[in-house]
Amino acid sequence: MAGTVGAQRTVATSGIDPFSRSYLEDPYPFHEELRDAGPVVWLEDLGVWATGRYEQVQTILNDWQTYCSSGGVGISNFHKEKNWRPPSLLLESDPPVHTRARAILARVLSPAAIRRLREAFHAEAVKVVSALVDGGRFDAMADLAKPYPLKVFPDAVGIVDQDRETLIAYGDMVFNALGPRNDLYAAAMARADEVVAWVTARCQRGTLAPVGLGADVYKAVDAGEVTEAEAALLVRSFLTAGVDTTINAIGNAIFCFAQHPEQWRLLRDDPSRARAAFEEVMRFESPFQTFFRTTTRAVEIAGTAIGADEKILLAVGAANRDPRFWADPGRFDVSRPVIKHVGFGAGIHGCVGQMIARLEIEVILSVLAARVERIELDGTPQRLIHNTLRAFTSLPVRMVARH
Amino acid sequence: MPKITYRHADGTQDSLDISPGISVMQGAISGGVKGIVAECGGAAMCATCHVYVDQKWLAALPPMNAVEHEMLETTAAERRPNSRLSCQIKVGPDLDGLVVGIPDRQL
Ligand code: HEM
Ligand code: FES
Repeated sequence: MAGTVGAQRTVATSGIDPFSRSYLEDPYPFHEELRDAGPVVWLEDLGVWATGRYEQVQTILNDWQTYCSSGGVGISNFHKEKNWRPPSLLLESDPPVHTRARAILARVLSPAAIRRLREAFHAEAVKVVSALVDGGRFDAMADLAKPYPLKVFPDAVGIVDQDRETLIAYGDMVFNALGPRNDLYAAAMARADEVVAWVTARCQRGTLAPVGLGADVYKAVDAGEVTEAEAALLVRSFLTAGVDTTINAIGNAIFCFAQHPEQWRLLRDDPSRARAAFEEVMRFESPFQTFFRTTTRAVEIAGTAIGADEKILLAVGAANRDPRFWADPGRFDVSRPVIKHVGFGAGIHGCVGQMIARLEIEVILSVLAARVERIELDGTPQRLIHNTLRAFTSLPVRMVARH
Repeated sequence: MPKITYRHADGTQDSLDISPGISVMQGAISGGVKGIVAECGGAAMCATCHVYVDQKWLAALPPMNAVEHEMLETTAAERRPNSRLSCQIKVGPDLDGLVVGIPDRQL
């Protein structure tokens, strides 16, 4: 639909609300409508811009000078309103602050550092999968997608506590808070004080194990690169972004394979496909669907004039299925070369934890592929209704063991 | 369009015309050049797009930031003074004729 915003500019507008219940339950028809409405679209109900097209999402993610993150990567504009928590040094910052923080995490989470975690991840994956495959029927969220990352990831960071479910509650808050102040936000924030206190304490040097990714961040304090307070914020960024996302990626992977048995057969026959298969899961059912940028100046995108200091919603889940870019995007196909999906974002903020996420999920999928003949749904999956994450609360499945 | 030459470890090479504005890595991936993996798609997080830049082009390149510097510490093939991440080099008219060497391994 074309309409006018303000006096002079003609723009594509839409009544889609990406935080409405119907959208969050099944975003794909809305994604198509959003992409077809135009390269960038004014969302009338929310008063923000949005794009669901691959080309524009890539352009925006690769131009931090024009589309910044210091305004926050949710719908609220930090330049105009205060955020509920101190901004992240990484996610919610721009160069040069961002570059300094990112260099430290690039070191701590480098491919070489992550490679050293493989054995521990593999041992835990074998343990979790063995216990399940013998019984056959289970809830893939409660019994697989949650316990495995909740063990290996906090262990790698150096969280010694056992009450790790609090990390899920924290991620739920942070990612819901990227949307509007709706009922989902209110529900997620109900335990905020207690959860924030727990997470904040876990980020302190004295609470972290002496060896681990957390302790590695604090080495940058000893080297004079960051302050103690900044290091705590960097550790917080692991705990924010590294738990819910991988849990949901595993759940979505199991769901995809239960729905597409012929794709499971490909993986089962060749477990070395696990890493590539994960990339297709990331494209097809992107766990982190929606985030924002803020314009630093007036700019034109594909013929549409956008003012300075305005928010743009990037529907990366929609971009990952944009037929203008992908051949047959609605087909789940693990043999697709998918290096270009934007499920981890792109550009300078492209997920700093992606190597650890790839390792976690490659390992669990390859262990499953070696043990499981077939995955079948064993009841109706229950969707998590969440402002920005695509996931399940429950995913009953039956796995038939290989012999 | 600027021409970029990719030299392989076995002595063969690919020369491609690359649209200005995309990176040396993206040019290689779109052109099917072997030996650039680029698993992270250009986020400077995987170090599998490592190249050795021909000495006479080093000065023409955009300076390396701290993130790229850290990531080059983790490459599979040895880091040399002329090591760069090809995803961090944007192609422009000034790089017409650039020659980069591809290491024997990226993983
Ligand atoms: C499958 C799992 C994951 C998904 C889907 C995911 C997704 C993303 C996305 C889309 C971004 C970009 C946000 C933006 O551009 O504004 C991002 C950034 C980030 N991710 Fe992940 N992520 C995952 C796993 C992890 C893990 C395991 C960690 C733990 C270390 C992590 C830490 C971060 C951090 C700290 C950032 C901010 C980077 C920056 O701004 O420079 N993520 N992630
Ligand atoms: S493509 Fe991953 S570091 Fe360049």
